[in-house]
Amino acid sequence: MASKKFVMFALLFALLILPVPEMYNSKKVHAFTSQVIQQGSVGQDVIELQARLKHLGFYSKDVDGVFGWSTYWAARNFQYEFGMEIDGLVGPQMKEKLVKASKGYEKYLPSGDGGGKQTGQNQGQEQQNQGGGGETTSEPTAVNVPGGYSQNDIKLMANAVYGEARGEPYEGQVAVAAVILNRVDSATFPNSISGVIFEPRAFTAVADGQIWLTPNDTAERAVMDAINGMDPSGNATYYFNPNTATSSWIWSRPQIKKIGKHIFCK
Amino acid sequence: MFRWITISLLAITIVGLAVFGYKEHQDKNAILIQAENSYQRAFHELTSDVDTLHDKIGATLAMNTRKQLSPQMAEIWRLTSEASSDVGQLPLTLLPFNKTEEFLFDIGDFAYNTAIRDLDKEPLSEDEIAGLEALYKQSGDIRNELREVQNMVLEDNLRWMDVELALATNEETGDNTIINGFKTVEKSMDGFQQTNSENGISSRPDEKDLSHLKGEEINKEDAIEIAQNWFGKVEPDEFTITKSGKGADIPTVTAAFNEDERNGYMDMSKQGGYPLTVMVARDVDDTQISLNEASKKAATYVDKLELKNMEMVESNQYDNVGVFRFVYTKDDIRYYPSTVQVKVALDNGEMLGLDAVEYYSRPNEEINKQPALSEDEAKEMINPNLEVQENYLAVIENEAQETILCYEFLTTKGDETYRIFINADDGTEEEVETLKTSEQRYDMDVS
Repeated sequence: MASKKFVMFALLFALLILPVPEMYNSKKVHAFTSQVIQQGSVGQDVIELQARLKHLGFYSKDVDGVFGWSTYWAARNFQYEFGMEIDGLVGPQMKEKLVKASKGYEKYLPSGDGGGKQTGQNQGQEQQNQGGGGETTSEPTAVNVPGGYSQNDIKLMANAVYGEARGEPYEGQVAVAAVILNRVDSATFPNSISGVIFEPRAFTAVADGQIWLTPNDTAERAVMDAINGMDPSGNATYYFNPNTATSSWIWSRPQIKKIGKHIFCK
Repeated sequence: MFRWITISLLAITIVGLAVFGYKEHQDKNAILIQAENSYQRAFHELTSDVDTLHDKIGATLAMNTRKQLSPQMAEIWRLTSEASSDVGQLPLTLLPFNKTEEFLFDIGDFAYNTAIRDLDKEPLSEDEIAGLEALYKQSGDIRNELREVQNMVLEDNLRWMDVELALATNEETGDNTIINGFKTVEKSMDGFQQTNSENGISSRPDEKDLSHLKGEEINKEDAIEIAQNWFGKVEPDEFTITKSGKGADIPTVTAAFNEDERNGYMDMSKQGGYPLTVMVARDVDDTQISLNEASKKAATYVDKLELKNMEMVESNQYDNVGVFRFVYTKDDIRYYPSTVQVKVALDNGEMLGLDAVEYYSRPNEEINKQPALSEDEAKEMINPNLEVQENYLAVIENEAQETILCYEFLTTKGDETYRIFINADDGTEEEVETLKTSEQRYDMDVS
């Protein structure tokens, strides 16, 4: 009687949790999508690529889902060893060879729950892979960042941009981010992003605490654009709102252009 | 009875309020004092740094041995950087204090370049010694002015919080002693730049210059036509056309439009209407095309600029957009100063951004294309612990802002990748850069 109850319970339990991952994943296991993967790519395909290359010993770093330099060299070495054209592009031919060569690569897939800290230990991994869950539940654990900047620099700048210019058009927000970067480069301002942002009285949003509002995606995108070289401000190091500007000196600066409510100047 | 209760309750309330008010007042004072103290620290450190700086510059003038000069210059460099950092911590942003800051920067720059130079081979020139003497005099002026302000601050217990308040409340800033003092310092810097640039001490980076671009000045109609070419279906009267002001390095015309879901912004040169910056702002919610397909799209947008021989050297995916960097490549030589960046949406391949300012502001200068060193000779200049993976010929701009021909080597050591530029004429190691394009996500554990 008790055993019957147990079986019933187990079945019910299995019905509850198993089918969902099983059905979604059964098709996806061992299958790259059709895209050509190249340097700079992020995502599931890159995770699979790194895991397979790691299984074959070409790749030694963490499987993080970002096609960086290490993955690039690994892909090239693979192409060299397998007599293919060495271009670092992972196309259909390379994928086919890779899939054939790397049976049992699953142990290198990051586990889906805790952010993928593990690096291929076997305990607790077995069930994961049998269910095929490791593949689709795991997200890349790293992101591309523009050279010389960290995610936290970007967040800090997004905070400043949001606090200073959240009501401005998008280009106005990019311009404010660009002014911060122009100041970092300038001889007359501090040489770091935090130094520029927290310079006393440099930004009103810092002085009145609006910098600690939670920024939206737009501010973050604006910061990324500025870091990637966009500068709608025309190389400005100052800007002011003509309606609220308190300093007469700022009016004497050579003005470059007006975007939204802000006048940008040198 | 009732009356007594009321009275005692009221009394308790009043006492309570008084205690509360007093405590608040004390807390506020404590914070003000703390803020004041950090300003005071920065200020007094600034004066003492400038003081030491002046002495050290004076000492270099008396020095004869190279052995002494280099460390002394390194010390001067350190002091200027500390002094600049002190200035950065004072509420001076809206005060005209730029010239003094530039002065500090120039000394630092000069001291650094002298410190790293081989003074046995290349001793200080007559001009540079004259320049140092000028610096000595100028730093003496600053020191005296600052000492005077410092004296007043200590004598009259002047507070930096009052400066802050004066600047914040838009009072006529003429009354504040500290502000006046700093204005005098700034005034004493008038004209220093000219002397310093004559002596080769001050070297400002060149402003961007597009005067070499051919073409007629464009008018409003031209601007709209060019913008439509890049933004697609946007009615002419939706565009706002503005011109840049007097302060702009490059005279530009800006076309912008604002629709519900999609905004666009474009800067073009007034001369010839060359597109300099193009931005489209809209939400990109998912990834439909691969980075590889997007890079092909990006190449078509570069073609649209009518630039030839552009080669993609970098591609990166950020969320649902791809960013690509193209450089001008001719005769297998990459011209790194001539770059164009393109940003492409990964949902439908639309161009979201284009930055060609760098490309247009650096005319492809004529350069000696025949390297004096062979590839193997250049390779020998590299640290032997590195493994060379790829190499190219490349033109870069070095620290002294000279355009030079280099061998570019992509090398690895363990898991790290380095980009190394070796001068193709004399084998100097011009630049070594650790290539790092990704970072672990620190916010993963939160979700």
